[in-house]
Amino acid sequence: MVEKPNQVNAGSKSGSPTMQATSKPTDLLSQHFSIRSLKLKTKQQELLIRVTILCLVYVLAFITRLFSVLRYESMIHEFDPYFNYRTTLFLTQKGFYEFWNWFDSESWYPLGRIIGGTLYPGLMVTAALIYWTMNVLRFAVHIREVCVLTAPFFASNTTLVAYFFGKEIWDTGAGLVAAALIAICPGYISRSVAGSYDNEGVAIFALLFTFYLFVKAVNTGSLAWSLASAFGYFYMVSAWGGYVFIINLIPLYVLVLLITGRYSMRLYVAYNCMYVLGMLLAMQIRFVGFQHVQSGEHMAAMGVFFLLQVFYFLDWVKHQLNDTRLFQAFLRITVSTAVVVGAIAIGVGTASGYISPWTGRFYSLLDPTYAKDHIPIIASVSEHQPTAWSSFMFDFHILLLLFPAGLYFCFKRLSDATIFIVMYGLTSMYFAGVMVRLILVATPAVCLISAIAVSATIKNLTQVLRAKPKVAQTGSSRGGSSGKASSKGSLDQSQPISKNGAIALLFGAFYLLSRYAIHCTWVTSEAYSSPSIVLAARGAHGNRVIFDDYREAYFWLRQNTPPDAKVMSWWDYGYQITAMGNRTVIVDNNTWNNTHIATVGRAMSSYEDEAYEIMRSLDVDYVLVVFGGVTGYSSDDINKFLWMVRIGGGIFPVIKEPDYLVNGEYRVDKGAAPKMLNCLMYKLSYYRFGELTTEYGKPPGYDRARGVEIGNKDIKLEYLEEAFTTSNWIVRIYKVKPPKNRW
Amino acid sequence: MRLLRLSLVLSSLALLSFLPASSSQDLQIVNAERRIDLSSHIIKVFLTLKVENTGTSPASEVLLAFPPTQADHLALLKAQAVIGKRKKKTYLPLDVNPAELPDGPNGTKYFSISLHNKLGAGEVATLEILYMLTHSLDPFPVEISQSESQLVYYRDSAVILSPYHIKQQTTFIKTPSSKIESFSMVEPTNRAGAELRYGPYENRSPYSYSPIIVHFENNNPFAVVEELVREVEISHWGSIQVTEQYKLAHAGARHKGVFSRVEYQSRPGSSGTSSFKHLLARLPPRVHSMYYRDEIGNISSSHLRLDSKKSELEIEPRYPLFGGWKATFVIGYGLLLEDFLFESPDGRRYLNFTFGCPLVETVVDKLTIKVVLPEGSLDPSVVVPFPVNQYLEKKYSYLDVVGRTVVVVEKENVVPEQSSPFQVYYHFSPIFMLAEPMMLTSVFFLLFVTCVAYLHIDLSIRK
Repeated sequence: MVEKPNQVNAGSKSGSPTMQATSKPTDLLSQHFSIRSLKLKTKQQELLIRVTILCLVYVLAFITRLFSVLRYESMIHEFDPYFNYRTTLFLTQKGFYEFWNWFDSESWYPLGRIIGGTLYPGLMVTAALIYWTMNVLRFAVHIREVCVLTAPFFASNTTLVAYFFGKEIWDTGAGLVAAALIAICPGYISRSVAGSYDNEGVAIFALLFTFYLFVKAVNTGSLAWSLASAFGYFYMVSAWGGYVFIINLIPLYVLVLLITGRYSMRLYVAYNCMYVLGMLLAMQIRFVGFQHVQSGEHMAAMGVFFLLQVFYFLDWVKHQLNDTRLFQAFLRITVSTAVVVGAIAIGVGTASGYISPWTGRFYSLLDPTYAKDHIPIIASVSEHQPTAWSSFMFDFHILLLLFPAGLYFCFKRLSDATIFIVMYGLTSMYFAGVMVRLILVATPAVCLISAIAVSATIKNLTQVLRAKPKVAQTGSSRGGSSGKASSKGSLDQSQPISKNGAIALLFGAFYLLSRYAIHCTWVTSEAYSSPSIVLAARGAHGNRVIFDDYREAYFWLRQNTPPDAKVMSWWDYGYQITAMGNRTVIVDNNTWNNTHIATVGRAMSSYEDEAYEIMRSLDVDYVLVVFGGVTGYSSDDINKFLWMVRIGGGIFPVIKEPDYLVNGEYRVDKGAAPKMLNCLMYKLSYYRFGELTTEYGKPPGYDRARGVEIGNKDIKLEYLEEAFTTSNWIVRIYKVKPPKNRW
Repeated sequence: MRLLRLSLVLSSLALLSFLPASSSQDLQIVNAERRIDLSSHIIKVFLTLKVENTGTSPASEVLLAFPPTQADHLALLKAQAVIGKRKKKTYLPLDVNPAELPDGPNGTKYFSISLHNKLGAGEVATLEILYMLTHSLDPFPVEISQSESQLVYYRDSAVILSPYHIKQQTTFIKTPSSKIESFSMVEPTNRAGAELRYGPYENRSPYSYSPIIVHFENNNPFAVVEELVREVEISHWGSIQVTEQYKLAHAGARHKGVFSRVEYQSRPGSSGTSSFKHLLARLPPRVHSMYYRDEIGNISSSHLRLDSKKSELEIEPRYPLFGGWKATFVIGYGLLLEDFLFESPDGRRYLNFTFGCPLVETVVDKLTIKVVLPEGSLDPSVVVPFPVNQYLEKKYSYLDVVGRTVVVVEKENVVPEQSSPFQVYYHFSPIFMLAEPMMLTSVFFLLFVTCVAYLHIDLSIRK
């Protein structure tokens, strides 16, 4: 397909001096299209190769993310994507205005949630637009398929952006390598496999696109590009809360350029246009609204905006005044006034409450220990934990080594664009170190910078190979003495290594890159393609065993409980219960109301009679717990229980963590704390579990997830009754009994 | 219910003296034998009637009477005449049609069997009648717990309701097990294991009725498909795609209280005996690309067994179904076109497909069959062997411009025995098959042409 236009090119331009053979009579038509006429000019060849590679990378990025569909099925993964799917479904069924004004009474009972005003609609609108377009073109696809494939589709688009970005900051070679690297980088794949229908899926595309357009605007000084970047920013704001990163990084970048004396008219145009328009557009998103001019996170951008005006004004004054001394005095006055005015503005704004303080999540980024001490609900989420070294290695592999090398190349050829990518790389690397899930933000930068390293190195090495023999010979005579370390950078001036050395290094690079490809494929297929709703395990005979208990339970809820039943569970399962079970939940993954979650945590960690009072006050009809004792599934509610105690105890001091521990140790066997053995969560998880033999040669009531025999086998329930337990016991649902008659 | 029965008795008593002077009175039933099979939740009744014409003029039809409660649940009614005797017996299917009689007592519903050869005066004919009743077993107790087994009531009459005089009759009732809690006595009544015998009764006048109740154990799955939509999409490129949407329910005694997995797992014999977790679907042979899923995704518990005669699909709902529990799911599969689509002599195409639900031993309360004809087909017409509701729809599928004609056929109260073939005839010219490929080709062609043109045209304003 790609070849077609180029063939035509070759034919039509055959009159050019390089191709004389085609000016023959028509009887030689077969010769006309012979191999000779297919020969392209070097430039055309390059274009052809580039387009082909890009197309291949585009396809590769898409299909490598389909492992999850092959291994499991075309389904939505994990937790948040179920909310996104549910809202998208709502959007496609009821239309945009209904969606925008949607008050959802099915979650956060009895409070409800204003969905339209508390979400980033970018993802849903994107998926719905794709769906509507497909339908207009009469591709009768189901909305679920669209949602499942949205993330891979946008990942493919990201590779294109990465190509253009690489081209902008370095050259086309770096662009191609960047596209190839980002296509399969595990750090990105982890959030964009098919089925991972989450904001990040489109947001990384939007992020990189905005950055690319902004860098392009800075490089050209063109209003059009700047406008485009404002729209890119708007899309990013509509898609993900991570836009805060853009609105802080870009001012920081501008500031650095100002300080390093790289201020230019191009920068002025690019930033002003992008900031003003971007701000106005961003405020159209209801969830952001006036936060964009009021909250602390956005103040840096505004400050830099004013600073830039001052700078421009000073520049103008300097131009007008020819007297340097006079200008120095003027400069002093202006700068000090500006600083004072700014400080007063911030002080007054903060004091009067006009400027809201930073949110907890933002704080915890700057101070990683903040959440652990103050906000247990943020600290309890596994993806908010500080990153381990191993996960850097897991997600970046050789890019981790290439990243510093790429930084080196960037510093060697410093320009506005490379400064940007260096800053993006360094800041995002810091954030990636603070929170596991921000590895995702760092991935494009790491890929781009590594691509520069790869591309520059290989280019230099191939130059050695293609150099004229005599130059190569001088190179080889000197190359024996100098080591590998000095070889990479200084190739331009001389030839410090021999041809053989270059070949060896090329093979080394090839080997490393192929290891990278193998690693990425392996990680994608093994680690990042599990939907986490369906669990797969190896059976005794090596066969694949599927545990589909979650859907079993949710579907049971959907079919066999009253439509207005309220289900209480820990907040992790809230989105899934509303999306798959179609029932009202008390708390869900949105976690906007800490007190409400703490109430649920308190109910779970109280004795049954106290919990019954709480559940009655919340109108709870069913309680759902996740239990892995039979299958050995370790992320169940008993293992999450301490967080419920902590979060509950954070609001209700009645709940004390030490009550559930024995000598600071968390246990469920005979030696467990009495409160632990009799709290609601323990009872619901282990009800009648003592009668079951889970493993051969072990006593009944042997908990396989924790490897102990449970401590309380004789559990009686007074206020609840077992309503449903799935076939592998992973989900257990209890019905709250109506209150007893008084007489 | 009781009032109704009482009134029926009264009316039958009253009728003893009142003999309507219609032609039906010229017939009498010499011998009637009725076998009621209660072993599943679909009640099968085999009725053998020996009819004699006592009048002077030949009779062409025989009437069957049903009390209104049974008539509402009547799913199937078939009759055949027995010709010949002993070993040379042959059966001749007869037409059965609903009939209206002005003087039917208490809303009695009639069906008339049209005889092939008129029954001359004094002649005797033997008729075999099969009818099926659904939703006629009422669970009692209405709610049971997990460990209890399911008991049901069956209500009928000990004597056959008929507009004719019956000289001699016997009724046999077969229950699934010998656990019969109670049954009404209408002497002579006999019980032997799992079989009850009422009769023989001699010389019962027309419209005699003596209500009986049998209370017995029935733990067979009461699988009822409340709604089934079967969509058959024909593609002349060689395949038929069938999508079946089920709304399944357990129509037996409602489950009450606790569902304990531990008991269900460890005591499969005594716990949840009336529940079911397997269903068997009989699909046509050579089915391919089968799937089994519901609104929230694939259901991994299904097995497909293929052989040359038939395909058997064993499915398990996500959870075992107890009384009152519901499950919805979708089964889809592809079939080969040449097995089902034929060309009739007049040049029309016709689809020959099975009516009814592929699930074994289930009742379908409402069955909708949608046959999606290929784009460009004209004049569809349906041939179904029994009365149905039908209308046309439009559907837009992949790359459709004018839309596909959908023939919709609806029927209520369907039992598996109604899986007889039906036909949909339509006109189709093969040129329409090329429409979609041509469309795609031209779109891609235009795309490439624009690409080429774009590469060759200089659009810049500056020179």
